[in-house]
Amino acid sequence: MLYQLEGSQAIAKAVVLCRPGVVCAYPITPQTHIVEGIGELIRSGDLSEGEFINVESEMAALSVAIGSQATGVRSYTATSSQGLLYMMEAVYNASGMELPIVMTLGNRTIGAPINIWNDHSDAMAARDAGWIMLFAETNQEALDLHIQAFKIAEKMLCPTMICVDGFILTHAYERVDIPFQEEVDEFLPPYVPNIYMDERNPIAVGAMVSPEYFMEVRYLAHRKQTDALEIISLVSDEFKRQFSRDSGGLLRKYHTDNAKTVVIAMGSVSGTIKDVVDELNASGEMFGVVSLVSYRPFPSAALRMVLKNVAKVIVVEKAFALGIGGFLSQEVELALKDIDVRVISVVAGIGGRSITRNLLKECFLKRTHEQITFLGLKEDIAAEKYTSLKLHYLGGMI
Amino acid sequence: MFQVRIHGRGGQGVVTAAETLSIAAFLENKHAQAFPSFGSERMGAPVLAFCRISDKEIRLREPILEPDALIVQDPTAIDLPRVFIDVVPGGFVLINSPVPLVYQQQNITMKCIDATRIAIEQIGRPIPNAVLLGGFSALTGVVKIDSVIEAIKTKFFGTIAEKNICAAKVAYEKIIEES
Repeated sequence: MLYQLEGSQAIAKAVVLCRPGVVCAYPITPQTHIVEGIGELIRSGDLSEGEFINVESEMAALSVAIGSQATGVRSYTATSSQGLLYMMEAVYNASGMELPIVMTLGNRTIGAPINIWNDHSDAMAARDAGWIMLFAETNQEALDLHIQAFKIAEKMLCPTMICVDGFILTHAYERVDIPFQEEVDEFLPPYVPNIYMDERNPIAVGAMVSPEYFMEVRYLAHRKQTDALEIISLVSDEFKRQFSRDSGGLLRKYHTDNAKTVVIAMGSVSGTIKDVVDELNASGEMFGVVSLVSYRPFPSAALRMVLKNVAKVIVVEKAFALGIGGFLSQEVELALKDIDVRVISVVAGIGGRSITRNLLKECFLKRTHEQITFLGLKEDIAAEKYTSLKLHYLGGMI
Repeated sequence: MFQVRIHGRGGQGVVTAAETLSIAAFLENKHAQAFPSFGSERMGAPVLAFCRISDKEIRLREPILEPDALIVQDPTAIDLPRVFIDVVPGGFVLINSPVPLVYQQQNITMKCIDATRIAIEQIGRPIPNAVLLGGFSALTGVVKIDSVIEAIKTKFFGTIAEKNICAAKVAYEKIIEES
């Protein structure tokens, strides 16, 4: 049924429709409305078999989810930014213990300086933690991805993170189609764990592994990531068959067939990029767009297929490695290393900086590009401050 | 696409106004997207909220830079002549003001309404958002007053909803009378 809802409320409803047995989270902007929404739905009886556990920190939130999931209960949590960093030890543990927890990450940058606004720095901090990481482009997709996430996670025995742009999606009201409980139940049957902690049949979880076997454990985790590519596609196909909606999958193509230049992005900015590309193509340009849904596992082969005849790839990315450049563009470049194509990195939206059509258009039409473009950088202020910064540390050395 | 930007202060229901407007448009089977200016929702601080209304799916996520309509819930929160420049030709400006404000701005339809007074009389609190949505419906015709009323019912409940609906109707009728 169609509703006009805040993204966070849509996600809250999706999570409750998936009937988690345990939800535990600690509030942090911009994730707060999601867990408040779930809390209210549980209190009003929408989740009769579920329990909301209040905890004192993010570290506790994911640790409780690990505990409940290990006893065979479908478990969910959500966080953002510094909250993810605070639980990071548990983030690695969840994947290492093969616990199919689902977590929403309301993407927000990382301080200091403190900033509550959106970029993908938080997600990038967890990019090698062994989780499946899927990025939503719209609130509809955010909702759909949560329903798919439990299925993917439980099939793969791999925790799954749904990345949703903080404020831009979490706080945006837009039209969402919320499925009925029976439909979700049909798509996502009750969680039946193969192995779980049970006092009548004791097992140990997370036991120490010595150098004789640790590398094999990591190798298997590596293979699991690449195998997840297929499952993510299959679950998306199954979702489409049942709900008649294209959501999820590895990546989505937009006018890529005859494109000379393809723009790649993750999350909500893909929408703005598609509007820009439509405008440019109407004046005779040949641009296409790839919205990357699955960042982990990284769909290298699928990208190669789409981009094999393209002359230029522009990666619009909301996080970068200081002194090196964008994470996403490095990985795109690696995926395309056997193909003769130029990969250009455009770092955009850092700490909530607006990504406007005009800035994107100007950038896309450039004939020559810097190694990294910082979209909308206030060059005068940056240059002035850089001069004084340099004087400061060079002065210190003398 | 019709783009609305709402200016005011934290505590005046600026974000709620944008959300309610998006619900009103949704009830008319239109696509609508409402979002706040992200994170500055503190009491008294200048706050911005946006609403896009369209017959097609809205993919654009940039802030609204060239609004078709401005709703100014608190004219002291912004530099009015400067934000006027952003409004597209043929656009609308609705200002909450006890006295008529005069600006030389060609090709823009401007109206002032004492929304705070109407809110105090009808709701008992100086929160002008619903009042201005009623006025917006009359001024622009982008959404029907009935849709605004239905939208208010989804955001407020009981007597608060009733009072806000009355307040919105008062503003609607006042603007209709004046035009």
